[in-house]
Amino acid sequence: MGMLEGKKAIIIGDRDGIPGPAIAECVKTAGAEVVFSSTECFV
Amino acid sequence: MNSVVKGTGYILVHTPDMVIHNGTTQTTERVVNPESEYLKELPSHLRSFQDVLAYWPNQTYIGNVTPAQLAEQGTSWVDMKCSVTDRHGKYGEIMPQAEFLLLMQICDCFDVVKLEKAFVAEHKAAIAEHPLFDEEMVGRLNEGVEISEIEHLVNEEHAEGLYHNNKLVGCVKRAHDIDVNLSAHVMHENLVSKASSVLALLHAVKNAGIDKSEVEYVIDCCEEACGDMNQRGGGNFAKAAAEIAGLPNATGSDTRGFCAGPAHAIVEAASLVKAGTYKTVIVTAGGCTAKLGMNGKDHVKKGLPILEDMLGGFAVVISQNDGVNPEIDLSILGRHTVGTGSAPQAVIGSLVADPLARAGLKITDIDKYSPEMQNPDITKPAGAGDVPLANYKMIAALAVKNGDLDKKAMPEFLTKHGLVGWAPTQGHIPSGVPFIGPARDEMLAGELNTAMIIGKGSLFLGRMTNLFDGVSFVIRKNSGEVEEGGVSTEKVKKLIAESFRQFAATLAVDDE
Repeated sequence: MGMLEGKKAIIIGDRDGIPGPAIAECVKTAGAEVVFSSTECFV
Repeated sequence: MNSVVKGTGYILVHTPDMVIHNGTTQTTERVVNPESEYLKELPSHLRSFQDVLAYWPNQTYIGNVTPAQLAEQGTSWVDMKCSVTDRHGKYGEIMPQAEFLLLMQICDCFDVVKLEKAFVAEHKAAIAEHPLFDEEMVGRLNEGVEISEIEHLVNEEHAEGLYHNNKLVGCVKRAHDIDVNLSAHVMHENLVSKASSVLALLHAVKNAGIDKSEVEYVIDCCEEACGDMNQRGGGNFAKAAAEIAGLPNATGSDTRGFCAGPAHAIVEAASLVKAGTYKTVIVTAGGCTAKLGMNGKDHVKKGLPILEDMLGGFAVVISQNDGVNPEIDLSILGRHTVGTGSAPQAVIGSLVADPLARAGLKITDIDKYSPEMQNPDITKPAGAGDVPLANYKMIAALAVKNGDLDKKAMPEFLTKHGLVGWAPTQGHIPSGVPFIGPARDEMLAGELNTAMIIGKGSLFLGRMTNLFDGVSFVIRKNSGEVEEGGVSTEKVKKLIAESFRQFAATLAVDDE
């Protein structure tokens, strides 16, 4: 069982850090359900 | 043959009042939290024109300080005073706000910009004396209107106010009663972009030493959209700016790709010139009001000045190979494709490692990399880190992974192949292109052989795709070969052979 099993994840990625889709792929493998994912830009 | 970088123009505009009235961080705050401490404190954190002239990164952007000289000062310059404080630089200038508001009116073709009479009278001499504004441009400046008319337009007609020293001095009217695409807000944003692009174009043409009539095509690569309700992104900022800049033989078009726009546009321009479609093409972009003061809350919280008070603009003149100026080498092109993925490693792999590998080169074979050249003074206090450095670390890590670099040599790689960032956080403005001017100088001086320019774009912000984007290309010192006027050696040989055949045929006829 993944460490995020049964959890819902809201993901705000950073364009100059880790983008949303990359975080989403990680948390999905840990069992979370991604309910929202976006990447923002501050530069 | 490859095209060359014939010249560049880099301009900044100091717009402290636009930070307050047009930056989206501030306009959003006024809607959601109008009584906020941030909005109250903000004005006392704005810099004076003298302050921005004495700021090291600004003087680097306009070419009075080299990137190497900037790096010698460390990696934070906010508390330092630059040894050069000139308004004009090798690549362009830092224009003060008042003059820029007059330039906006000059660039307005639909009588939507209204300036107060006294304000115009006070500053029109500076416009008339500007070394790059010809009679036609200066002649477009009108004498202005009464302040009562401006107040009416702002208070009753949805006009966007133009402020100087916190005082209403003009406005931008809406260009349509209903169409949101022609609202005062959009017209203001677009006229700012157009005016700063015009200024960059004028500097680039002067710096390239070409006649205005030589320019055949202009590509605008800013991040704004112009059009009406039936074609919201109809476009052609390029041709609109070329008209005001006085480029009679130019047509143009716009290229968009968020912050990757400039790199896409330069690849397109270099291709057009290499193909012989046009002899001289200029890639240009003006600045962005929305991003003014974007990270202002963090700057104010940390007791710093508002460092995002500058509009940026640039223009690059690309022309046929003259055997002297640096070449744009289209044989080494990096591109982030639909299938690349969004992980930082995949992005840099597609833009740096893959194109070099295809060309049989190692990552260490490129002398300098210019990815996203955001000024770390702005981004670090806001928690976005040192963006150029983050890019260099990823490039170095890939070099180690590919066996091009020893892990212990990574710190040295960052200095040797990297740069410190000096560009304002104006989206497309810092994206690879700020180094083209300095790289050209260093290549002409024989100090640099190759530079890779990397543009990256956040397509997902448009909510059309989750994809990232990027494109890269290499500039190299000129090999010294000169364009042969369209007739290749092979063609000449063929023509001579043809002549001999015809001559021999004539002899044969004579013998008969």
